[in-house]
Amino acid sequence: MAKVRGAIVVDVERCKGCELCIGSCPTDVLRMAVDVNGKGYHYAYMENPEACTGCVNCATVCPDTVITVYRIKVVD
Amino acid sequence: MAEIKLEDIIKPENLVFQKTKLFTDKPLSYCPGCGHGVVHRLILEAIEELGIESETIGVAPVGCSVLAYEFMNIDIAQAPHGRAPALATGIKRVYPEKFVFTYQGDGDLAAIGTAETIHACNRGENISIFFINNGIYGMTGGQMAPTTLPGMASSTSPYGRDVASMGHPLKMTELVANLPGTRFVARHAVHTPALVRKAKKAILKAFENQKENKGLSFIEIVSNCNSGWKMTPVKSNQWLTENMLEYYKLGTLKDE
Repeated sequence: MAKVRGAIVVDVERCKGCELCIGSCPTDVLRMAVDVNGKGYHYAYMENPEACTGCVNCATVCPDTVITVYRIKVVD
Repeated sequence: MAEIKLEDIIKPENLVFQKTKLFTDKPLSYCPGCGHGVVHRLILEAIEELGIESETIGVAPVGCSVLAYEFMNIDIAQAPHGRAPALATGIKRVYPEKFVFTYQGDGDLAAIGTAETIHACNRGENISIFFINNGIYGMTGGQMAPTTLPGMASSTSPYGRDVASMGHPLKMTELVANLPGTRFVARHAVHTPALVRKAKKAILKAFENQKENKGLSFIEIVSNCNSGWKMTPVKSNQWLTENMLEYYKLGTLKDE
């Protein structure tokens, strides 16, 4: 069965740490980093990257468009 | 099944979403979690999809989004407070083949610019008006706006808006939907992925209406102002769902 795997890249220095992406993720992939970026904001990162399906929800709600999304189809 | 590494997924050929090229390199000046950024992106994505970036002229308001010209890599004029629909009227009449839109907040469109808005809508100018309603004067420090909800606290109504002395919130979208000049009037929100996708469809339609000379499209977007409301971004979106959407009901009010 074909499965979908996704991945996101967060523009760490542009992230303002609003956490809206975390609530929008249906597979609970994202968390806020303990570290902060140059502006002092905690930034989003993939805590469970293997659960990401590349659904683009996080990038859709991100007010600063800091998320880039990639997706592939995996055939078992 | 072989282990798939992130490097195998993050390749240019697997790209499904990236920031539109119509954004400039400047970071947005809005507070964390502000809906303005999403609406900026939706407008720019719609312009990019229609391929009209060189034929579009935007009109920026006074308010938080006064610096829209810094972020949008298209032609933008910046109007005096509230006068964006009047300026857009002038631009559209001089360049009828261009796509002209205004981007206004509730302080600009529903307070100081009420007359310009209503008359532009009533004349049925062939422009698109995008109205971002967060129920407060965000830029100046969260004062009460005409759109502030009954009972909603702001810095100038600390005990909540009392309708007996301060009047009722102004529903601009319902008001302009009654005017014969408007063609497409809708209210949307951008705090969940599904609503963002719906709002984008409406914004695309607003530009397409201009292409077909169909008349004025008015789209209100109910948004948050977490700084003005003194909440976290996530909390403010919850509050918006529970309170704002009760009064400002989403949907298409007019589509002729």
